[in-house]
Amino acid sequence: MAKSALLKSSLAKKYWMAFTGLFLCTFLVGHLLGNLQLLLPVSEAARDQFNEYALFMTTNPAVMILSYVTYISILFHAIDGIVLTVRNRKARPQKYVNFKPSTNTRWASRNMGILGTVILVFIVIHMQMFWAEMKFGSLEAYSTASGAQVKDLYTLTIQSFQDAEYGLIWVIVYVISMIAIAFHLSHGFASGFQSLGVNHPKYNNFIKKFGYAFAILIPLAFAIIPIYIHFGLEKI
Amino acid sequence: MKLTLKIWRQKNAKAKGSMQTYNISDVSPDMSFLEMLDVLNDSLIEKGEEPVEFDHDCREGICGTCSLQINGEPHGPDRGITTCQLHMRKFKDGDTIVIEPFRAAAFPVIKDLVVDRNSFDRIQQAGGYISVNTSGNTQDANSLPIPKEDADMAFYAATCIGCGACVAACKNASAMLFTSAKVSQMALLPQGKIEASERVLAMVDQMDKEGFGNCTNTGACEIECPKGISLENIARMNREYLKASVK
Amino acid sequence: MGKFEAKIPKGPLAEKWTNHKNDINLVNPANKRNIDVIVVGTGLAGGSAAATLAELGYNVKTFCYQDSPRRAHSIAAQGGINAAKNYQGDGDSDYRLFYDTVKGGDYRAREGNVYRLAEVSANIIDQCVAQGVPFAREYGGLLDNRSFGGVLVSRTFYAKGQTGQQLLLGAYSAMNRQINRGKIKSYTRHEMLDIVLVDGKARGIIARNLVTGEIERHSAHAVVIASGGYGNVFFLSTNAMGSNVTASWKIHKRGAYFANPCYTQIHPTCIPVSGDHQSKLTLMSESLRNDGRIWVPKKKEDAEAVRAGKLKPSEIKEEDRDYYLERRYPAFGNLVPRDVASRAAKERCDAGFGVNRTGEAVFLDFSTAFERYGKEAATSKKIENASKEKIVELGKEAVEAKYGNLFQMYEKIVDQNPYETPMMIYPAVHYTMGGIWVDYNLQTTIPGCYAAGEANFSDHGANRLGASALMQGLADGYFVLPYTIGDYLSNDIRTGAISTESKEFEDAEKEVREKLEKFINLKGTKPVDYFHKRLGKIMWDKVGMSRNEQGLKEAIEEIKQLREEFWKDVRVPGGTDEMNAELEKAGRVADFLELGELFAKDALHRNESCGGHFREEYQTEEGEALRDDENFMYVAAWEYKGNPSDAVLHKEDLVYENIEVKTRSYK
Repeated sequence: MAKSALLKSSLAKKYWMAFTGLFLCTFLVGHLLGNLQLLLPVSEAARDQFNEYALFMTTNPAVMILSYVTYISILFHAIDGIVLTVRNRKARPQKYVNFKPSTNTRWASRNMGILGTVILVFIVIHMQMFWAEMKFGSLEAYSTASGAQVKDLYTLTIQSFQDAEYGLIWVIVYVISMIAIAFHLSHGFASGFQSLGVNHPKYNNFIKKFGYAFAILIPLAFAIIPIYIHFGLEKI
Repeated sequence: MKLTLKIWRQKNAKAKGSMQTYNISDVSPDMSFLEMLDVLNDSLIEKGEEPVEFDHDCREGICGTCSLQINGEPHGPDRGITTCQLHMRKFKDGDTIVIEPFRAAAFPVIKDLVVDRNSFDRIQQAGGYISVNTSGNTQDANSLPIPKEDADMAFYAATCIGCGACVAACKNASAMLFTSAKVSQMALLPQGKIEASERVLAMVDQMDKEGFGNCTNTGACEIECPKGISLENIARMNREYLKASVK
Repeated sequence: MGKFEAKIPKGPLAEKWTNHKNDINLVNPANKRNIDVIVVGTGLAGGSAAATLAELGYNVKTFCYQDSPRRAHSIAAQGGINAAKNYQGDGDSDYRLFYDTVKGGDYRAREGNVYRLAEVSANIIDQCVAQGVPFAREYGGLLDNRSFGGVLVSRTFYAKGQTGQQLLLGAYSAMNRQINRGKIKSYTRHEMLDIVLVDGKARGIIARNLVTGEIERHSAHAVVIASGGYGNVFFLSTNAMGSNVTASWKIHKRGAYFANPCYTQIHPTCIPVSGDHQSKLTLMSESLRNDGRIWVPKKKEDAEAVRAGKLKPSEIKEEDRDYYLERRYPAFGNLVPRDVASRAAKERCDAGFGVNRTGEAVFLDFSTAFERYGKEAATSKKIENASKEKIVELGKEAVEAKYGNLFQMYEKIVDQNPYETPMMIYPAVHYTMGGIWVDYNLQTTIPGCYAAGEANFSDHGANRLGASALMQGLADGYFVLPYTIGDYLSNDIRTGAISTESKEFEDAEKEVREKLEKFINLKGTKPVDYFHKRLGKIMWDKVGMSRNEQGLKEAIEEIKQLREEFWKDVRVPGGTDEMNAELEKAGRVADFLELGELFAKDALHRNESCGGHFREEYQTEEGEALRDDENFMYVAAWEYKGNPSDAVLHKEDLVYENIEVKTRSYK
């Protein structure tokens, strides 16, 4: 019983949801730290630094394992979410004529699926724009000052957001997506702990507040990057 | 007070139901919500129509029989009470009140506003007990001291009246709050710890079989619960289940 | 017909139960598997009996009209459960609990039964703790106790204001365990509509499935009735809306004697009636009397001004308040037994001192408690020279910690803040001490038919003490009935399964069907509640807290007429083959209309005042109850003979060998 319980039961599905979700939170932190390099003033050094970092992230075996875990987590989180949603729908086949969940719940907590879908679409766009371009696209390789052969992801990124025609649109798409992530995290972070059974009157408040801070600060920092590139950074 | 009532009418479990509109006057603000329905029913009977069937019994908020989704919320707009404790002074003259049965796959409608909540009983039967016989030849009650804090927490979990408001309020019709309250009560007490693993596995298994939804941690259940059963219980059950599964 | 014989075992009081258990026949475990027992009602008595019978190995079928056994009205008991544990070391003992109960019952209970109750009371607590019932505890981890009306020790175990709920959920969990094992088959939303006798023995029941309307036959080797009391004969009571006398009344009509129907407990602390729409009365736990003081204005003009809303109770000066319980009963004060407290409230209100719109309410005031607790809190918090406001504030906090949920409930219902203005209370029908007559084994006068809990008459005499109902229900169910029933069933080990195809079942079913159809076909003009309310009014006005000969005679006539009217003019909509709450109610009210008359008849014949039965003709000069031990020290057991008026009285004399019969005094 115990073994199947950890795979099939409703609680197990939530454990996986929470576990993958919280793992993705740590991924967000790492990803953000790397991306903050894009805020450096435009220079050869900045370009080299970012492109070498990108090379490292795509070739280092340890990082590669981590990134596969991340992909799997995203996929699992999304599929598990769909499975849960289907079951949830089935649990109330006849809807209420009058249902007022706004009186007792926060909007984000009720719309994790929609928010998640927005985020998933964003991830596809985001990966198409940069990851796929770098992996399969026609990005030119060049030698950095330290002699490494890298693809110029830096220029692609900066130009994408500075593009005269589409740059602003991309900035808006990214900002909206970050807002979606913020709402998703505002519920998901603390909820993950609750699903894993971490709930104690002494620490609940801390987890909640930390969750809100996380949900605001991380997406905000992410959102600043395209905004700054578009409006603040020297044009290249 | 004069009111317009929109009530779900359904002849029996198989029939298709619909919302019907009734007008009612002479409602006193001192009436309880169910007394208002009594007045409606008496007038329907005198007119030769079929009265509205609804569940109720103790009318003092403890038996958990009364249900009703009133204006989109289980047990109506007030907090910390059951429908039978809801008074008409919470409404205004001329209001329209929408009254529906609790909706969940695991709570099929029997008639009008009456639903079948035996799925809750079956969850309890799966393991919501401590396996001691009833001979009375157990040890002296005071030979097992229990920290007051644990006893109090177990008590608060045990005050669940099994009304189903948690399921009705949940967007997923999840029974996590109900199930976890019983799991918690037992898990907090030394008497219950002995078979805690078997209990939580069996009860969750039954809960899943009954077709309840999953917990999204929205917290609607806790807010609508007439007894204020805490979400902490859900976390405790998550913990207990995790422990039991990896064992 | 069974024997009308109490069967109290011989020997010294303290050894009766043990000796009896040693003497009676047992059924061996293998044979128990072939024996079926039906339990009607799943409250404390029925639930615990079913669980224990199943535990012992019998095949049990339980029936309840609620949608789950957990909803039986035992759940509403608030205050606590008595047990002679003497954990507080205040001199409690089996004998003292026995003594208090007999005295509290105004010397109208059986010595042997009550002693047994006291004896097993301690086991109940052990049992419930083992089952995980979360009783209140002290900081040291041991069980806490509180004190209740009518006694001088603290022997009441409690779980805040939800003791009944916790105990019932304990019994329900014991049932669930047996359901899971397959030893109990639970029939919910089923109502017993008749008992079936084969060769004079109880062999099954006819029940209606309240969801589909189907009439079902169920057979068994014995039938246990644990369907609670009949307080709803008054329409307004603290009972649940569905609480009814039907199961008891049906077995009465088939030969079970009905004992002391007039003994009714009127609980002193209920929320007063607010208007004609009222469907139900709400109890405020008796524990409130520990700290609240009960009063009415001393001057009539003050009372009138309060009623008219011109004067606030807080504006009445201390010296103009009449703390009538403290005045009349200095020893027990506000903690006199329920019957005494209720009558005293009625006396003041009848004399024109009532304090709400209807003139039927008295104050329950916590201002003294606020001050007392406030001072204690100030001292323990080392606040020196605390202002009066500060003390009251601290006191309110302390009271909130103790009774917060009750205060909140009061505010929700009455829409007044009891922290600012005193609560208003008035007595309401709460419990019926009378019920089906049973012998020491809890067997009725129908062989094989047993009665347990509030449904039987046995242990409380003419008045029940607080926190004793839960004790009796669980004692009967867990520790008495499952053993005594074995004595009877030991003769049934060769009987084999009972067929439901016999003529007796067929006839009983036919009768039930005809009656149900009659209701539907009457097509009168008035809903069932119309009659129930009128019955309730007759009962409350003439057979209520105090009764007199003339009123009782009138009541008997009026009930008869009402019954005739009911059978001509009641309107039951819908059909028999569907869920139909009105049809259920009609059946129950029809039975109440018969019981009500027997109730009045019993009250009329008992020319004395005792416990919950107060006859105005029989009182002392100070207005205290006047018993007549010479002529009425007996149990009045009524045999059904067709009409309530034709019921035949059988007397079971009460013998007191271990207790001195005295005038009950709480002065």
